[in-house]
Amino acid sequence: MNTSSNSGSAHERLIRDLATDLAPVRRLRPPSVRALAWLAVVVATAIVLAMIADLPALGRRLAAAPDMWLAVTGSALTVILAAIAAFQLSLPDARRAWALLPLPAALLWIVASGVGCLRVWFVPGTHAADLNEARDCLIFIVGLSVPLSALLIIMLRRACPLQPGLTAAIAGLASATAAATLLNFFHPYDAAATDLTVHVFAVALVIVANRAFSGRLLATNILRSDVTRALDRSN
Amino acid sequence: MRAASQQNVIALYESAALLQGSIPCRPAAVGVIVAAPSWSRRPERRMDDVQAQDAGADRRRSALMAAAQAGDGVAYQALLRDCIPVIKSIARRRGVVADRIDDVVQDVLLTIHRARQTYDPSRSFTAWLSVIADRRAIDLLRRTRRQDVREVHAPLAFESHADQEADPAQGLAHADATGTAACALASLPTRQREAVQHLVLEERSLADAAVLTRRTKGSLKVNLHRALKALRGRMEPRE
Repeated sequence: MNTSSNSGSAHERLIRDLATDLAPVRRLRPPSVRALAWLAVVVATAIVLAMIADLPALGRRLAAAPDMWLAVTGSALTVILAAIAAFQLSLPDARRAWALLPLPAALLWIVASGVGCLRVWFVPGTHAADLNEARDCLIFIVGLSVPLSALLIIMLRRACPLQPGLTAAIAGLASATAAATLLNFFHPYDAAATDLTVHVFAVALVIVANRAFSGRLLATNILRSDVTRALDRSN
Repeated sequence: MRAASQQNVIALYESAALLQGSIPCRPAAVGVIVAAPSWSRRPERRMDDVQAQDAGADRRRSALMAAAQAGDGVAYQALLRDCIPVIKSIARRRGVVADRIDDVVQDVLLTIHRARQTYDPSRSFTAWLSVIADRRAIDLLRRTRRQDVREVHAPLAFESHADQEADPAQGLAHADATGTAACALASLPTRQREAVQHLVLEERSLADAAVLTRRTKGSLKVNLHRALKALRGRMEPRE
C-alpha cells in the first residue's frame, strides 16, 4: 500500500513537472515531406557537381552502355526510399518493417552494377577502373556521405526515434547511396569487380559508422533533452 | 473469485444498460433491440458498448494531446494521468515484474513528453501510446536481463565487503564543521541571522520571508548578502 502510494506520488510529481511551463510544440510534417526536404539538398548538390563534371563523357558512357541507366535508376530509387524509411523510423511508433523499403531498389542497383562488371570481362577494350581510381571512389563516397549524413541526423533528431541504431543505419544507407549516385558524374567507365567491391565497402563503412556514432547521437537525444531535467527535478 | 467475476459482469451489464438509457437512440434502432430476444442480443450489446467506450476514450485522449501540443498544461496533466493505467496494463502483458512496472510508466511518460510533437491528432492516440509503451517495456526487460547477467546475488559478500573510501574521521569533521557554522550563524546580527534562517535554511520565498519578518524584500536581500559575506569570512580556514 505504502509502495503504491509512493509510486503514485512519484508519477504525480513527474506529471506536474512535465506540465509546468509546458511550451507549445509545432507538429512535425509527414515523413515523406521531410524526406523531400533532404532530397532537395541532394538534388542541389547534384546540380553543383553537374556544373563541374564532364557531362559529354557521361553522355557517351550512357549511350554506349544502356544498362548503366538501370544501375543509376536503382541507386537513385534507393536514395529516395531509404530517406523515406529513415524519416518513418524516426517516429516513436514506427514499425521496423520500414527498414525493408529500400531493399528492392538496392537489389536492382547491385544487380545492374554486376552486369557492368561482367561486360568488363567479356567485352574486349572496355576501360575498367584501376586501384587508384577505386581509391578515389572510396574517398568521394565517404567524403560526401559525411555532410549528407550529418544533415540527415540533425533532421531526424527532431523526431524521437525509439530504434536509434536502425534509424541511423538506414540514414547511412541513404547518404552513402546518394554519394554513390552522384559519383556517376565523375565515373564515366564500367565498374570492375574491384571497383564494385570498393563501392560496396564504402557504402557499408558509412552504414556501420552511422550505426555506431549517429545511433548514439539519436539515443542521447532522449537522455539529454529537457525531459531528464524534469526527471532530476522530480527526484 | 468466480463470484467476484460474476459481479463484475453484472456491473458491466448494468452500466451498459444505463449508458443506453442516457444516449438518445433512433426509433428504428430501439425497435430492433426490443424485438430481438434478450439472450441473443446481450453479448453484442456489451461488445458494442465496450468498443464505443474505447473509441470515446481514444477521441478524448487525442483531443487532450492536441491541446497539450498547443501548450495547455492542465489538459496535458489529465492526459498523462489517463495514460498510466494503459501503460501498466501493457507492461504487465509484456511480462514486466511488478516492482519494475513503475519504471516503465516513468519511461513512457518521459517519452511521450519528448515525442509529443510527432503525434498526429488525426490518428489514434491509444495506438500511438501502446506502441511506445510496448517498446519501453521491451527496453526495460532487455536492460534487466543484461543487468542480471552481470550481477550475482551474494548478500553475505556484500555485507562483509570493506568500503575502502570510508573515513572514520569524516563524522567528526562533519560535526565540527556543523558546530562552527552554528557558532558563526549565532554571532551574526539579528537581522542578518533572520535573513539566513528564512531564506536559506527554511527555503522560504522572498515574499513569504518579507511578511514573516515585516521587512521589505530589498532589506532582506541586503541582509542576506551581508550575512553570507560575513559567514564566508568566518568559515574560511585560517593560515
